[in-house]
Amino acid sequence: MKSSVIVFPGSNCDRDIAVALEKMQFKNKMVWHKETSLPKSDLIVIPGGFSYGDYLRSGAIAGKSLIISEVIKAANSGCLILGICNGFQILTETGLLKGTLLRNKNLKFINKDVNIKVLNNKSKFTSKYKLNQVLKINIAHNEGNYFTNEKHLTELNTERLIAFKYCDKNGNINENSNPNGAIDNIAGIFNSKKNILGMMPHPERMIDNMISNTDGVNLFSSLLN
Amino acid sequence: MVELSLLNSRKNKLKFSIIVTLKKEVLDPQGKVVQNTLNNLGMGNLKDIRQGKYFEIEIDEIDQSLAEKKVTQMCEKLLVNLIIEDYKINKI
Repeated sequence: MKSSVIVFPGSNCDRDIAVALEKMQFKNKMVWHKETSLPKSDLIVIPGGFSYGDYLRSGAIAGKSLIISEVIKAANSGCLILGICNGFQILTETGLLKGTLLRNKNLKFINKDVNIKVLNNKSKFTSKYKLNQVLKINIAHNEGNYFTNEKHLTELNTERLIAFKYCDKNGNINENSNPNGAIDNIAGIFNSKKNILGMMPHPERMIDNMISNTDGVNLFSSLLN
Repeated sequence: MVELSLLNSRKNKLKFSIIVTLKKEVLDPQGKVVQNTLNNLGMGNLKDIRQGKYFEIEIDEIDQSLAEKKVTQMCEKLLVNLIIEDYKINKI
């Protein structure tokens, strides 16, 4: 399985995701944002970080970069796209995913391990997880407060396009288990074809028991399936 | 000649301001914190504060309606996130 990681000035989780992908036996290439063509890829990852220093809005400038038009073309022809954290913000700025990510409700940068629940395991990204499985994954963001309009929220629910929701360790989804104010506790969503996943939590940080846990491993092994 | 070209370049410049604000239904935590702080400073009659962004744009164009069209494009392509923000263009 071939993967590409797009690198912007200010990306800082690009090497973490590369380590995770290579550990899971992906053949990975790093792609600088000024490139105008993509290597042949089954998976394109837009990593976390602070592309362009979050100028204007998080992900706004990266969302208009040269390589992004190639990413959009690849996405439209069915290539798998994973956006993590700033990558999720960039995907919403490109329009590949609907909605947007607002400033955290408490105005604080949040860096901690939180629980998320798998709401749909019938996707190429989540098939190795059990439905309603509770994972412990790290989040580290200032703008993770997912927001979208009523119409799209209904679509997310009826088409089962919500991948993960924030919950407590027992799987309860409520205001107390919502770290950033995201609408309906949403932590990650698919596009309607489910070939694109955007998520605020960092699965690439959860692939080794020595530094954290292995709750992120199944996301990558799902993709290999 | 130099002076004439300077004059022309001035004539061709149109200047606009753009004010970007969060839509009414979108929570503005920054505005809330600013409001609370002003309240704490004794501004008791303060009712509401919404924080926004301000841009000034100079554009090399004589025709004002054409220039406004271009500025609108700039807003919709990059400066404004239409899902959560409204904008207002003014000639200055």
